[in-house]
Amino acid sequence: MTFGVIVFPGSNRDHDAAYAVANVLGQKAEFIWHDSTSLGAVDAVILPGGFSYGDYLRCGAIAKFSPVMTAVKKFAGDGGLVLGICNGFQILVEAGLLPGALIRNRGLQFICREVQLRPGTTDSPFTCLARKDRTYRVPIAHGEGCYFADERTLDELEAEDRIAFRYVGNPNGSVRDIAGVLNRERNVMGLMPHPEDATEPLMGSCDGLVVFQSMLSVAVRA
Amino acid sequence: MKARVFVSFKSTVLDPQGQTICSKLHDLGYPAIADVRQGKFFDIALAAGTSAEQARRDIEIIAQDVLANPVIEEYRVEILD
Repeated sequence: MTFGVIVFPGSNRDHDAAYAVANVLGQKAEFIWHDSTSLGAVDAVILPGGFSYGDYLRCGAIAKFSPVMTAVKKFAGDGGLVLGICNGFQILVEAGLLPGALIRNRGLQFICREVQLRPGTTDSPFTCLARKDRTYRVPIAHGEGCYFADERTLDELEAEDRIAFRYVGNPNGSVRDIAGVLNRERNVMGLMPHPEDATEPLMGSCDGLVVFQSMLSVAVRA
Repeated sequence: MKARVFVSFKSTVLDPQGQTICSKLHDLGYPAIADVRQGKFFDIALAAGTSAEQARRDIEIIAQDVLANPVIEEYRVEILD
């Protein structure tokens, strides 16, 4: 399976994502520069964490206009798997591929620590190997990770089983403890925590692997 | 011609920066301050010869699509001479 990792000016977890899928998962990772107009032959796309365009204007607000985003939208529209992590999640909501927005953490502080996540659904290509009866230890590293959406959108997300992960002990004020959401077609997921940084014992946890293993299992089945 | 675009959080969105400023103002002895909401504005210079009508049309679209995120923010456009 080939994962395309988009590199925006200011991305800084692009190599973490590539390392997780290549060195840990044993798959192929290809970097795609943001001004590319095509994704090439990839089976899934990762928008990595970082500070694209220095978070100027709003997190993800400039990156959404990068030429590669037209290709990402088409890829998603055709049913391709798109995973946005941290800044990648912020870019996906700015681009309108996922609902809601990510705003300044409730306590104003940049938070860099491990959190516990509970899968909200296992009915998705990103969580199909997860178990709802346990929690997953994964790090967060963000200043603008407070998920916000209006009540109607939140009710819709819950009714359609589109909350991918919830925080156990809400670190940042996210509404309804939301850490990650899915689009309606369930092939796009945004996640504030960093599963790619919890993939080897040396990192303190391997719990993030479940996201990539789930994606791989779906690609292998297809 | 110049345009100014004000962008602020919708009233339904938490503004922790505004809350922090408000709380500090209380500490500083201003009990009359009931609430603070923080926003931002953009000063935009328009090329010579641009009509007010053209300016308003362009700036409205720019405010909606670029400067503000309609999910969390609202905006107001002023065209200045």
